[in-house]
Amino acid sequence: MSKKVSDEQYQKTFSFKFRQWLDGTKDPFLDNVEMKKQESFHEDEETIHQREEDKKHLTEKVYDLEHNAEVRIFRKIYRVFCVLFCTFLVLMLLVGVSYLPTFGSADNPANNEVAARYIEKGLQETGAVNIVTGMILDYRAFDTLGESHVLFIATCTVLILLRLDRKEDKIAYEADDRSHEPKNDVILQTVARILVPPIFIFGCYIILAGHLGPGGGFSGGAVIGAGLILYLNAFGFAKTEKFFTAKTYRRMCFGALACYSIAKSYSFYTGANHIESIIPLGTPGAILSSGLILLLNICVGIVVAGTMYTFYCMFRKGGY
Amino acid sequence: MTIFTCILLGFLVVCAIAASLSKNLLNTILIFMSYSLIMSVIWIMLESPDLAITEAAVGAGVTTLLFLVTLKKIHAIIKKDGGEEEKHE
Repeated sequence: MSKKVSDEQYQKTFSFKFRQWLDGTKDPFLDNVEMKKQESFHEDEETIHQREEDKKHLTEKVYDLEHNAEVRIFRKIYRVFCVLFCTFLVLMLLVGVSYLPTFGSADNPANNEVAARYIEKGLQETGAVNIVTGMILDYRAFDTLGESHVLFIATCTVLILLRLDRKEDKIAYEADDRSHEPKNDVILQTVARILVPPIFIFGCYIILAGHLGPGGGFSGGAVIGAGLILYLNAFGFAKTEKFFTAKTYRRMCFGALACYSIAKSYSFYTGANHIESIIPLGTPGAILSSGLILLLNICVGIVVAGTMYTFYCMFRKGGY
Repeated sequence: MTIFTCILLGFLVVCAIAASLSKNLLNTILIFMSYSLIMSVIWIMLESPDLAITEAAVGAGVTTLLFLVTLKKIHAIIKKDGGEEEKHE
């Protein structure tokens, strides 16, 4: 491979730094933030003894009901106020409920012109045959964007809680994971071999036909994620890691969320009513129709499928 | 409301109570899974197939798997020498 720029020069470019940041190979805080080394906590024998003695003394004093009048009175008042507060809360909620409109009545505030507009003009304005998809990915695309980010943040939280960084921990955890697991189960493998391709195809169909029929990004992504988990259970981590690693997940998720944000942000900046789009809506009913909805569905599907699989991997062995 | 829907709804209530009263964690998870399955059938009867797909994939599939993995990780399911499953509480 010929190189036009030297390695040193290449390492100064923005794209190299961006890639490093994306792969997480370089800690951005390292060498940039002053870090103090943490001292290990020491305590001599006498202090521990003293502390425990104090604690015991305090507990005895506080919970000695026969001699401690304050606690006794406090407990009685506490019970009375508990009952009073609960009664008040129940009454307040019951009164609130009594002001609610009758269930299913025609002149409820929920039956307003918004729903009628969605039904009447939804097909014309969004181009989606499935009104629900037209609603969540066109009129209310901002909500769906937030939901995708919530999923992503949930994965990050699970990652923080369950991820194992030390190699010894990882190996021990994996041995524990494998200890009561049927290895190379013939029934499971045969069933998975037959079932996994239809599951993937069905998931892709649900995602791609989200604007034509029931389905969409979330349900299709969940189906694909479940298929991935089945494949993983049958054939083990060695096979799935050939095509799906943490790096793949990071890139997929980042790409999908960025794509969604960029595709939708233009309409947020042009105002609330973003109906005038430069993308043609196409013939309703065709697969390439309804503007951005197909693209957004695919993005949501990718995020959801990756998230499902990552959750499972995190629970199984704390990272993959 | 048809008889079939009534039966399904009754089963739902039974499942919900059984799941909370069951002492065995593994049984609770299985009952919870059947609850999700019944729920997905009910979603279809309420004419929202997209929700039914999601409920079947997430509620019955992924959530149950995550619960089972967690049970295994905290050693709530252990095997006896005879191969019979024994539960901890």
